[in-house]
Amino acid sequence: MVFDNETKQWLSGNEAIAQGAWEAGITVASGYPGTPSTEIMGNFARYDDVYAEWAPNEKVGLEVAIGASFAGARALATMKHVGVNVAADPLFTAAYTGVRGGLVVLTADDPEMHSSQNEQDNRNYAFAAKLPMLEPSDPAEAKAMVGRAVELSEQLDTPVMLRITTRIAHVKGVVEKGERVAVPEPSIEKVPAKLVMLPGNARVRRREVEKRMATAREMAESLPENRVEKGTGPRGFIAAGTSYNYVKEAFPDAPVLKLGMVWPLPEKMIRTFAGSVEELIIVEELDPFLELHIKSMGIDCHGEDIIPNQGELNSFIVKTAVEPESAPEVFEPVELPMRPPNMCAGCPHRGLFYGLSKMKDVFVSGDIGCYTLGFLPPLSAMDACVCMGASISMAHGMAKALGEKGEGKLVAVIGDSTFMHSGLTGLLNTVYNNSYATVIILDNRITAMTGHQQNPASGKSLTGEPASAIDFEQLCSSLGVKRITVVNPHDVDATRKVLKQEIASPEPSVVISRAPCILLPEEVKRKKPTYYTNLDNCTGCTACVQMGCPAISWHPLTPEEAVEQGYREKQRGYAEITEVQCNGCGQCACVCKFDAITRREED
Amino acid sequence: MKQSGNILFSGVGGQGILLASELTAYAQLAEGYDVKKSEVHGMAQRGGSVEAHLRYGARVYSPLIDPGSADILVAFEILEAARYLPYLHKDSAVVVNTQKILPPAVALGKMTYPENILKELTDRQINVVPIDAFAIAEEVGELRTVNVAMVGAMSNFLAVGPEVFLKVIDTTVKEQFREVNKKAFEAGRAAVYA
Repeated sequence: MVFDNETKQWLSGNEAIAQGAWEAGITVASGYPGTPSTEIMGNFARYDDVYAEWAPNEKVGLEVAIGASFAGARALATMKHVGVNVAADPLFTAAYTGVRGGLVVLTADDPEMHSSQNEQDNRNYAFAAKLPMLEPSDPAEAKAMVGRAVELSEQLDTPVMLRITTRIAHVKGVVEKGERVAVPEPSIEKVPAKLVMLPGNARVRRREVEKRMATAREMAESLPENRVEKGTGPRGFIAAGTSYNYVKEAFPDAPVLKLGMVWPLPEKMIRTFAGSVEELIIVEELDPFLELHIKSMGIDCHGEDIIPNQGELNSFIVKTAVEPESAPEVFEPVELPMRPPNMCAGCPHRGLFYGLSKMKDVFVSGDIGCYTLGFLPPLSAMDACVCMGASISMAHGMAKALGEKGEGKLVAVIGDSTFMHSGLTGLLNTVYNNSYATVIILDNRITAMTGHQQNPASGKSLTGEPASAIDFEQLCSSLGVKRITVVNPHDVDATRKVLKQEIASPEPSVVISRAPCILLPEEVKRKKPTYYTNLDNCTGCTACVQMGCPAISWHPLTPEEAVEQGYREKQRGYAEITEVQCNGCGQCACVCKFDAITRREED
Repeated sequence: MKQSGNILFSGVGGQGILLASELTAYAQLAEGYDVKKSEVHGMAQRGGSVEAHLRYGARVYSPLIDPGSADILVAFEILEAARYLPYLHKDSAVVVNTQKILPPAVALGKMTYPENILKELTDRQINVVPIDAFAIAEEVGELRTVNVAMVGAMSNFLAVGPEVFLKVIDTTVKEQFREVNKKAFEAGRAAVYA
């Protein structure tokens, strides 16, 4: 690399966190992939003398990290913001037990919901779970703060949360290289009064939590990560994370109190700063977290009364919110066709959703992954999607609410990795409580949406080593499902037939839709023959167009053009395959009834 | 040439926008600038609109380009040039690949691909530089060099010399693809004043 010399590297926030974790002597890391946190784990796994894994979900991942910490090792758990909801159970009680080796819990929040279903502000977790939280402003700080988090964790005997957002995780910047500190030796040590959280012990630990947070509050006053940057003018700003960057760009000369620790807050420092400026403005993305806690100190300030509390900020938004008269004129956007993400050409999910799209009175309870794109037109075959694993339990709930009225009309769709994450218990409940919904497991052999991470069904570990692979048929059978069918979703007709039959059945059934993601390296390598359109045979019926494949496009024709090209006058256009984009799945050939789509045989 | 600046890259997932922005960042770093670059992963892939923000200067705080402040827009597709109009100012340079990739609504026949959409930019006196990067890539013999040809074209608007970019290609691109990428860079750079 060009920019990789003795002292400096060009790293993303996620790469920097991996580097920081290694330098801080963290040896065990576990997590579940989720944008924008995913790349931390893959990068961390590349360092020597560390263990990194994908856990089936964030709760398991955090519990693994807690165990490693109890054994005296330094540990890291990574997850996206909504992952903390899943891991909240161990998180709140690990606050009581405290740690042995330093324990860092990373939450990657997604303001603006670039790749998420909500934009919850996880700073609230630090307050609710009574845990210190650090928040960096760029990759360099992200790396340094992993080290600080480990240090505070061991000093204060508590897990420490590190909060990043998309504009830290996926921002690249210049980062100083560092050395690895001495790595502590793990060992077994029995301290049941500290680690067994029965009421008697927990009540004692509860008091420790308060003592520790009081100490943390005192430490926050002199922590180098909290600092006042002197300036001029009547206005002073308090900001943390990426919001700090926007304040520095919008008001380069103003005094700023930059908070690197966002919980607990340095009250004296804030009070002194507030007293030194005429007007105090808190700039923060999402919830008025700092604002609420600063106001509760009895300090008057501006915050969400002028700064938007939804979506991301930038320096333009900050500048114009504070000084509306300064807003420059910018060009208005032009009205253009949108370009939303789409399932890839050759995606196996398309064949399955095509089948579902033809069953108009069936309610499709959806889940989280690439297949959530089955919601988009023209397939429009998803009717609900809430959180990881919810598809199955929601379908069961609808079945119980609707009774006979819902029979033959309820389906849950869930990906292989999402099923491993939190679908199992929902299916168990469906069988146990005698439901009738059909569960479709979209088994594409990988966690695709986040960029091909391994999972307990894929047969490989995070580092690519062979691993035990769950057998979905056996698993569902042992959960008590009697009807289990496996289909190849590229065979559109056979898939539709099975869907009809299984959805109609009055008992729980599982359909495993099995075909590997076409972007998997081994699939890309064994490039299949493409398909082409026999334009003479195309009647313009649009059956193939309705699949929404990016390799198929519709060419409209006027009556004159139609006649000129040898079509019926009434034919409104023709469909054509762009062969360079075709991945050879053959689904479109299945739905063409006029022999207009042919496989290009290899010569 | 300015001592700081904002370069916005836009296009469609899979066009190699991230590598193009990465080469540009390395060139600016080699010149001694502080650089920040912002990308969005996850949902933005899968054929959706993709953008990367690159900012350079003596000290860069924000990783995001503000509306009205992109000095250069490197658009890999025509619609994806017009989509970013609110980021431009009257002195912006827009290097646009003349390729058309149909958005889903157009491919489905629900909407039409807007004709002469670049007029929206030229009507506002913005300097638009169309480049047939696909043809350049075809000519150098590797279709996957569209992105590097675009970097070559863009490099005309930067103070950083072409030799810096060529050195970056030498040190970041795999050996077997180096020569063809250098050719694509040179051809893209030459195409602007052709």
